[in-house]
Amino acid sequence: MSILTEPQLRPRRDWPGHSLVIEEKLLLDCAVELGPFTIAYQTYGTLNPERSNAILICHALTGDQYVADPHPITGNPGWWKTLVGPGGVLDTERYFLICANVLGGCMGTTGPKEINPATGEPWALDFPVLTIRDMVRAQKLLIDHLGIDQLFCVIGGSMGAMQALQWASTYPQSVFASVPIAGAARHSAQNIAFHEVGRQAIMADPDWCGGRYLSLGRNPSRGLAVARMAAHITYLSEAALHRKFGRNLQDRRAVTYGFDADFQVESYLRHQGSTFVDRFDANSYLYITRAMDYFDLAAEHGGSLPAAFGGSQPRFCIISFTSDWLFPTAESRALVHALNAVAANVSFVEIETDKGHDAFLLHEPELFATLRGFLTGCAERRGVTRFWRSRA
Amino acid sequence: MSRAAALPIEVAASQAAPASPAPDGLRSDLRLIAEMIEPHSRVLDIGCGDGALLDYLAREKGVDARGIELSQSGVNAGVRHGLSVIQGDADRDLEAFPDGAFDVVVLSQTLQATRQPRLVLEELLRIGKRAIVSFPNFGFWRVRLSLGFRGRMPVTEHLNNSWYDTPNIHLCTIRDFVALCDDIGTRIERSLTLDRHGRPFTLDPRGSLANLLAEQGVFVLSGRTDKR
Repeated sequence: MSILTEPQLRPRRDWPGHSLVIEEKLLLDCAVELGPFTIAYQTYGTLNPERSNAILICHALTGDQYVADPHPITGNPGWWKTLVGPGGVLDTERYFLICANVLGGCMGTTGPKEINPATGEPWALDFPVLTIRDMVRAQKLLIDHLGIDQLFCVIGGSMGAMQALQWASTYPQSVFASVPIAGAARHSAQNIAFHEVGRQAIMADPDWCGGRYLSLGRNPSRGLAVARMAAHITYLSEAALHRKFGRNLQDRRAVTYGFDADFQVESYLRHQGSTFVDRFDANSYLYITRAMDYFDLAAEHGGSLPAAFGGSQPRFCIISFTSDWLFPTAESRALVHALNAVAANVSFVEIETDKGHDAFLLHEPELFATLRGFLTGCAERRGVTRFWRSRA
Repeated sequence: MSRAAALPIEVAASQAAPASPAPDGLRSDLRLIAEMIEPHSRVLDIGCGDGALLDYLAREKGVDARGIELSQSGVNAGVRHGLSVIQGDADRDLEAFPDGAFDVVVLSQTLQATRQPRLVLEELLRIGKRAIVSFPNFGFWRVRLSLGFRGRMPVTEHLNNSWYDTPNIHLCTIRDFVALCDDIGTRIERSLTLDRHGRPFTLDPRGSLANLLAEQGVFVLSGRTDKR
């Protein structure tokens, strides 16, 4: 089949990590049953005999399960490599780390580019529209499969924060601590608007072919690159862009009176766009952005955000960044107030940085110190020790 | 008196014995507050600073301790030490809590820095079964000397900012505070007056002597009768 000639888009057997086939049907929010389906995931560290040291790491929109491994397509270091390792913030001598590619993703978990068993063709737009809750339901099946009753922690930034909140709301008994970073309890109108721009860019690409590009041996890489470029601007801040690029010119002494990338910032964005299309599936981008747009925890509970955490009590550590205009501090503060209304155990830290939304992926010492302190405090209360293997 | 009045105010401040840290390193007024809190109770410390009281309560008394702090450095220090602290302030962030959410709400050396002290006090009594409030007494004799004889805004150990950079915008005397408690209709369960070394002494908080000799007041309040 022609799709097999697109090697960069196929999950490959030689990629590191694990995959689990879930045989049972998963009833999605859109009332469609999906299954059997595959979850591709990666782990670091070892599950302790009490099964009390598991941390589920939830990746963001364009992230994947390769938290600390070189990316199998790009070779880039794992997206949270700086946090993971022996003695690290996510200490592999203490915790068992799990990260699964989300449902609808394109790194081995079932998504729109996998084969629809009913047709023998890639799902494309026949794939059911997903929600964040559907992604979390799938993760819960994985966690059940691993024999873990309660996760020590669910942690993630951006869309990962949405999942961390969804876990605490939907499965409060299964979460000891929840750490949503640079997140919100709902996707704002502005964020939906940016996502719509990205989706329209993809769908306007003639190579998108109504979503059937894989079957036709094509790839809407120009549309996907534009979507990525627009989105990437929202991940930064005016101050960071200015600090990094200013009005500096790219390999030239003067503007060229044309439409080449005269400015460094243009060149940078083009690079971001062109490298992204090598590793990401355009239809996955449509489905995952849609899932984020639909996210609204209060709406699931009659419009009351405190009611979303009614039964709960995981511990929460909510973190925002001063220069994040995509998920601004006000969103985190609304979450804190909702959790206060149910007297939940919550910590909230706003971190001063000019790095914008992407600060959660970057070297941000205050973030690391906050996470380490919170996790260590929780581990003491939960009785999760370091080097438990050598003591056993 | 004239000698004291002649002292440069900064010297008067520095001559005060350092608030003698107890063996556990807890500030003396915080230690007194900690002694008033039952083990295993649920406590909210508003303006918790770096979380010293929370840390002590959690470790020594098994208290479910939460904090609110305005400064980012304070919040981060607290969370780094595994404490439950949120960034926020007393004026804005109390209304989200449900009635009676805490056994004790602590407001130490913070009331005078709030925009609406009366409202804050009423919120404390709504969300906590009891409230412990400590504040610097503006009726303290050194304060009066500085203002009365030198004609300068006082700078003491507990009021250690100049007028132009002080966060303390609503200072009061012990008598003022007692009057506010009466006005709100809360019961003063217990009161302590502290000298300038942080040592407690017992005087009627409604008397003029307490208002003159105490550098700080610590009050335990409970409940409200009808708001007048």
